Amino acid sequence: MRKTLVVTLATVAISVAALAGADGHADPKQIEAAVKARQAHMQLYSFHLATLGGMAKGEIAYDAEAAGSAADALVSLVQLPQGGYWLPGSDNASIENTRALPAIWAADSKVGEAAGAMVEAAMAMQAAAGTDLAALQGAIGAVGEACGGCHKPYRASAN
Amino acid sequence: MRRIITRTLLAIIALIAIGLWVTRPQALAPGTLSGIEGDVARGEIIYAAMGCASCHMAPGSEDRLVLSGGKSFPSDFGTFYAPNISTDPDHGIGNWSDAEIASAVLKGTSPAGQHYYPAFPYASYGRAEVGDVVDLIAYLRTLPADQSPSRPHDVGFPFNIRASLGGWKLLFSGSDWVVTGTLTDDQIRGRMLVEGLGHCGECHTPRNALGGMDTAQWLAGAPIPGKDNERTPDIRAPSLDWSAPDIVAYLKTGLTPEFDSAGGEMVDVIANMKQLPDDDLNAIAAYLLIVGTDTP
Repeated sequence: MRKTLVVTLATVAISVAALAGADGHADPKQIEAAVKARQAHMQLYSFHLATLGGMAKGEIAYDAEAAGSAADALVSLVQLPQGGYWLPGSDNASIENTRALPAIWAADSKVGEAAGAMVEAAMAMQAAAGTDLAALQGAIGAVGEACGGCHKPYRASAN
Repeated sequence: MRRIITRTLLAIIALIAIGLWVTRPQALAPGTLSGIEGDVARGEIIYAAMGCASCHMAPGSEDRLVLSGGKSFPSDFGTFYAPNISTDPDHGIGNWSDAEIASAVLKGTSPAGQHYYPAFPYASYGRAEVGDVVDLIAYLRTLPADQSPSRPHDVGFPFNIRASLGGWKLLFSGSDWVVTGTLTDDQIRGRMLVEGLGHCGECHTPRNALGGMDTAQWLAGAPIPGKDNERTPDIRAPSLDWSAPDIVAYLKTGLTPEFDSAGGEMVDVIANMKQLPDDDLNAIAAYLLIVGTDTP
């Protein structure tokens, strides 16, 4: 478990570090595709969180198997390399249709750390989700907090 | 002719003097706190409800207990900087009496008898109970000291004349409630948490030209100062259209009914709100569900 976590964190760190090193001259078509891809990625988080969060709220009856597979999906998602779709030049100061702030690509960006926290929260959820409802409810707050870890500093509010 | 000018000037000076006297900074009446004992454990909850850390912890800090200040608040009137309110006797408020701290929170008046700028949300805190503030003070006194000096506000003329804030206070602060009528106990508790301690209106209600909250647009969402094209959302019940469990789950986890997450400043608000007991979160939901409706 410990080893998996370390390997995973390293993978995330590398994929996020790739953001900084990537060529800053993607063409508009690439940028558009990249924005669509990362928004789809967020949509997938949301889809699986709807199962876990719905159970935590009592809107969906708790089911250990369904909860476990939603948490597994969450863990798979957080481990996907994302470097390809967080292209430099795809921030909200450069293009329309995104709320991604330029700070993501700044030299002092802490997206790597935030992504690491997301991995930890997802893994804690994976360990908890299939156990029982109380365990799931205990883990959902940290997942939401990890989402906020990026959405506080790096996503603009809606208008 | 000369006599008329002299008399007119004297009259103007007299009017200004009366105006300044009427709007002078007011402390709490002496003895207001006598016999009230602060409860540290309750104070910790009040601290979370009032969101002190969100503004007074150092920018970028994650330590919600070190109130060293320094966070900037851009506005139409200048940029304000949250002061150090840690227990440090020189740079913080360690040397202040309970009455001085309570006057600051409830009346917006400093120990030196000056008006605070309403970036400090006393226009909302003024609705709080004295007992809650005494509990808060008992808790604040347990927090660590920090020696960072407070940064002066960057506010130009004429807004740097603090005496003029007395008129502002007269117009836009006080202890009156926005939502009135026949409310349930839960809605009344929620009103204290939303309109008072939680000061939700400070960000979620648009402001008029003088910077006062436009209560006709209570919680209707507002531009975010210093951010182009960003707004806080309209959280009146008909616009938001969330159920009570939706609101409670959001305040605990930051996850919306669509399973998006809170962003921006609201992330810090959630960090505070999730420390409140379930009864309080249910009360907030009960209150929010009547805002913007004809129910009360």
